[in-house]
Amino acid sequence: MKAAVVVFPGSNCDRDCKTAIERTTGAEVFMVWHGDSSLPEGLDLIVLPGGFSYGDYLRCGAMAAQSPVMKAIKAEGERGTGVLGVCNGFQILCEAGMLPGALLRNAGLKYVCTAVDLDVVNSQTRFTAAYEGRRDVTLTVGNGEGNYFADEPTLDRLEGEGQVVFRYKNNPNGSARDIAGIVNARGNVLGMMPHPDRAFETELGSSDGALLFQSVLASA
Amino acid sequence: MRATVHVFLKPGVLDVQGKAIEGALHGLGFPGASDVRVGKTITFDLAGDDPAKAETEVKSMCERLLANTVIEGYRVEVG
Repeated sequence: MKAAVVVFPGSNCDRDCKTAIERTTGAEVFMVWHGDSSLPEGLDLIVLPGGFSYGDYLRCGAMAAQSPVMKAIKAEGERGTGVLGVCNGFQILCEAGMLPGALLRNAGLKYVCTAVDLDVVNSQTRFTAAYEGRRDVTLTVGNGEGNYFADEPTLDRLEGEGQVVFRYKNNPNGSARDIAGIVNARGNVLGMMPHPDRAFETELGSSDGALLFQSVLASA
Repeated sequence: MRATVHVFLKPGVLDVQGKAIEGALHGLGFPGASDVRVGKTITFDLAGDDPAKAETEVKSMCERLLANTVIEGYRVEVG
């Protein structure tokens, strides 16, 4: 398996993602600078990591979505390559139009940093197959703008098409319909606020995030 | 020419900053303040002297970067 982690100015989970992927899958992981206009050949997974790309200027993810590397990532996404956006990466995918909706300021106004219990709503995706039969999953969130928003018809469509992948059991940020993670219609682009990269071995409090990377490995 | 863009969350989209400010205003003794919304203003010089063309250009900037039309509306002034 070959994976790439994109590094934007202000990313702070890029090395966490690299370590998580390496340790859980043994994959070769390339770090790609946001100013690069091309990606390594033959990738199975591209990760947009968490952090505060461009200092969250204008809107979270708005500037990163215009980075040179995003053109190449969009092309890979259209070709069916797996793309995972975590936290700020989810915000970037929405800003880039690769996923519907947007992330608003948390309803409680506070930055939320906590473990969250999740319901795996769809275990038929390339990111979640290893969660089959395990509906209870614990990961962590750390976000100030993780409140997922989309208009009602879009939310209905996401639910109807099985594109809601993770749901919060106790919604920490006001997300519409408790949504914690969604995939695109084709199922190869996943955006989620909780961090699998911060919960991939028991020493971190939970190893449930490992199953996500191992799902991708199994599908590669 | 000077372009000014006002960006606000759309009506119906929860504006938690606005809500917090509204609460603070009430606390300060301004109970008449309601429906507080927080937006941003972006202003910049723009080359050219055709206001109609400039407005079209600035609207394109809003659609592509300055506003996220999933959650935000915008108003453009050129002059």
